[in-house]
Amino acid sequence: MSEPASARFERRSLASAPIRVVSHRASLLTRLKSLWGRRELLVSLTASDIKIKYKNSTLGFFWSMLSPALTLAIYFMVFGVVLKSGIPDFALYLFSGLVVWNLFSNAVNTATGVIVERSGLVKKVSFPREILALSNVGAAVVYFFSQLLVLAVVLAAMRHAPDWGYMWLLPLAFVSLYFFTAAVAMLMSGITVYMRDMKHLMEVALMLWFWLTPVVYSYSNSMAQQLRSHGLLWIYFCNPITWIVLTFQRIFYVTQVAVSPKTNTVIHVLPNWPLSTYVTMNVALVGITIALFLVAETLFGRLEVNFESEL
Amino acid sequence: MVTTIEVDNVSKEFKLHHGRHQSLKERLLHPGAGTVQKFSALQNVSFSVSEGETVGLVGHNGSGKSTLLKTICGVLQPTSGQIRVRGSLAALLELGAGFQPELTGRENVYLYGAMLGFSRKMVDVIFDDIVAFSEIEQFIDTQVKFYSSGMYVRLAFAVAVNVNPDTLVVDEVLAVGDERFQAKCIDRIRRFQEEGRSILLVTHNADQVRQLCQRAVVLDGGVMIADGPTQDALRTFREHLLDDAVAHEGDVANANVRIQSVTTPSGSFDVRSGAGMHFDVTIESESAYSGNFVLELFTRSGLLVSRSDAQGSPVNLRPGNNVVGVDLAQLPLLDGIYDINVGVVDARGSNVIAWSEKAASLEVTYDGREGGIVDIGASVRQN
Repeated sequence: MSEPASARFERRSLASAPIRVVSHRASLLTRLKSLWGRRELLVSLTASDIKIKYKNSTLGFFWSMLSPALTLAIYFMVFGVVLKSGIPDFALYLFSGLVVWNLFSNAVNTATGVIVERSGLVKKVSFPREILALSNVGAAVVYFFSQLLVLAVVLAAMRHAPDWGYMWLLPLAFVSLYFFTAAVAMLMSGITVYMRDMKHLMEVALMLWFWLTPVVYSYSNSMAQQLRSHGLLWIYFCNPITWIVLTFQRIFYVTQVAVSPKTNTVIHVLPNWPLSTYVTMNVALVGITIALFLVAETLFGRLEVNFESEL
Repeated sequence: MVTTIEVDNVSKEFKLHHGRHQSLKERLLHPGAGTVQKFSALQNVSFSVSEGETVGLVGHNGSGKSTLLKTICGVLQPTSGQIRVRGSLAALLELGAGFQPELTGRENVYLYGAMLGFSRKMVDVIFDDIVAFSEIEQFIDTQVKFYSSGMYVRLAFAVAVNVNPDTLVVDEVLAVGDERFQAKCIDRIRRFQEEGRSILLVTHNADQVRQLCQRAVVLDGGVMIADGPTQDALRTFREHLLDDAVAHEGDVANANVRIQSVTTPSGSFDVRSGAGMHFDVTIESESAYSGNFVLELFTRSGLLVSRSDAQGSPVNLRPGNNVVGVDLAQLPLLDGIYDINVGVVDARGSNVIAWSEKAASLEVTYDGREGGIVDIGASVRQN
């Protein structure tokens, strides 16, 4: 037999080893620290989520680009060809908003039931439970980047230049998107342990949410006026996804005003806000979503206490 | 000496829901349905484990030992009190709970390692040892869902012991695998001990505790009733059973039986292997009592050599001193010192009435050159 591996490890002195404290309720800071301490587990779980999803399928990871492309094709057929939205380069408009929505809905859909599904693990192994939800968000982020890559290819193929002056807003918008998605995913995964209906409810809620977000229709062209006249504009903008979608569309689709090739009428595809509005909006949103994430983390900590007896 | 696990005044309360509805519709329709009952699983438990110590956590089913274990591992949070764990800790709770059936053995080893808190690099170093220990080399790249349950458990055990945690928590898992694998596990635990790591062994098997632990903590109904050297703690464990029996059966309470002494006619407990021996056990009883006499023989390392049938030797005790003679026809034991435990159990053989741990020690001398504990009298001839 070869030399045991333990001999190769230098046994560190225990006196200097870190101490883990298990007590009734950990503070937010302690929770965030332990979350950060287990980031390698988050990476492993994310990787395994992706692997499991595409295991045994012939096309494998390619599906992460193929299935949104098919969705895109369907929406394009329905709204671009049959119903004639009149938005020029409609596929591009759709795609720039859909990448955002796909990240959000993928993550929330999978994370909602994740703690219930992996109850065996939750009851036996110790780790910050929110990592399970965050690993679903992580997988959705990976798919998001693969779709972004496809978007870049499509842009190049159509010789459609993104607005480079706005490009630096992309990381800000992504950070907001990540924290908002993570907050919702975490909260939903925790609540589902106590109310199993949440999973079904969330599927419907996401569908409604999708139509409240200007992905397949143009906010400026079809919603803005009616909302303003009813004084409901603020409700519409309570949805952070709308802010992020508008930013993505401004960066990749660019065109604010276009003349519809079919009807020959002027269409306000995107709001004609100046750069400063987008900057204020995105900076504020980063702050808001990080705050939401911290609130969700705190609430998850409260929910977590009784997981053991509820699962 | 550095403390690795410190359990400080820990209590855990569970809320038991009776007839509560789990779906939204039912909850909305019957908001007040069901009652909540509080159940106290642990009450103010405090003890600590030092570096290099092997401590047994003993208790019956429902004594709270699993709850305590889960709080130590961080799976459960205590209702009050605190647990401090120094250094890394790997728990052999339910083996393979962290495995993903769709992933291969190799992928699961890395994932499970990450769950236990070990980096990819650390797992890289010990990967070959893990595979060698688990003995499933040829299936390591097969999806785990095709594994047999034995392979599953072996792989999980191999990961947990090979990541070399500062503290290992073992929960009844030594009952898995075939005998050869069990021996390997025990062997591994012994090496852990030699390396000066701490082990917390949770079991209701007193023999295992005697075999592996220097110290034992006894839980009963969520309360810690003993914490001390293994023999003392196990005695309390048994006596507590006795108290329970007393509490439940009135007639036993009057019995009040005690083992007074164990003696041989010659006064010596030296015996030659193969020879017979006789000793007398003096039992004092305050009233007449009918029960069974039990005899146990252990090696010094804590291995049970023999335990007599708990219903096989009825004794009728009279008030006062009773002498029970024990004849051992012939002792096929090899060289060594063997400890004798004697006791009296009730007629059904289920409750201990009186017990004497290490009542006497046999010193066996053997002339042959065989190794082990027993002479099986093998004779070899060539045909």
